[in-house]
Amino acid sequence: MASHAVVFEPTPANSRGPGLHRFANPGRFLRLSEALLPWLAAAAILLGSAGLIWGAFFAPPDWQQGQAARIMYVHVPAAWLALSGYVALALCSAASLVWRHPLADLAAAEIGPVGAAFAAICLLSGSLWGRPMWGAWWVWDARLTSMLLLFFLYLGHIALVRAFDDPTRGYRAGAILALIGVVDLPIIHFSVVWWNTLHQGNSISLFAAPSIYISMLWPLILATLGYSAGFAAIVLARLRAAVLERRIASLLLAEAARAEHASFAAAPAPAR
Amino acid sequence: MNPLPFILAAYAIALVVPATLGFAARARMRRAERRLRAIDPPSARRLRARARP
Repeated sequence: MASHAVVFEPTPANSRGPGLHRFANPGRFLRLSEALLPWLAAAAILLGSAGLIWGAFFAPPDWQQGQAARIMYVHVPAAWLALSGYVALALCSAASLVWRHPLADLAAAEIGPVGAAFAAICLLSGSLWGRPMWGAWWVWDARLTSMLLLFFLYLGHIALVRAFDDPTRGYRAGAILALIGVVDLPIIHFSVVWWNTLHQGNSISLFAAPSIYISMLWPLILATLGYSAGFAAIVLARLRAAVLERRIASLLLAEAARAEHASFAAAPAPAR
Repeated sequence: MNPLPFILAAYAIALVVPATLGFAARARMRRAERRLRAIDPPSARRLRARARP
């Protein structure tokens, strides 16, 4: 607990910490985030709008799915960010449990709601695609169910972090849940391989050539990059706000303690 | 089945949700920055940093 008050004090620009902790210094984080945020926001707007406009108006329709395949340009980036957001959440949770670093706690708490929103976009856009393609808004398919589980894991993390009066206990409980939930990530990814699912297989892989046409691949890449920059910008802005709010809280606390001390010192000694 | 309403709904959700999150995060950040500047002006911070050994 004592580390909170120390860590959220501003630090000199030339301070050096050991190893990775150097990058988790709140003073350095505030300077870095201030410089990065405008670039990330601009990249999100430019790349995201280029990808979405290209996908919506200029990319060819799919030979089987027709125009409904255009939903892919919002569904795939949202799914990618729901998954990678959870990886980031798990990494922050691991850092929080191992090093007890308050910035890792705050980062995990701020990633949760953003990841949940992107998981919700993925589920909703998938449902909107499923109705014209499968004739159903929802099927209890392995991919869909495991993705729904990821959404609930995000919601569980958000609820758990806020469930305790002592925030440190909330962060600890949330970190444990986040690490247990990592099991769901390979299940989501390999669900289309392990089981005979209604959801189509992976079209893009790190180790194989993509199975979608290049004129559909480029807008998808642009939209994914734009959404990724947007996700990073939102998380960075929320984390920056959380760090500043912590500093305000610790300053107000210190001010109140000083005022209390001064009032005790000024009070007349009790008569004997 | 005409897929256009489904495409429009999917794009609307995918634009409105991140935009709302982005604007809310920006507003929260600006509010915190303003409040910190009022409580702890940069001049006081510089003085404290200089006084630190």
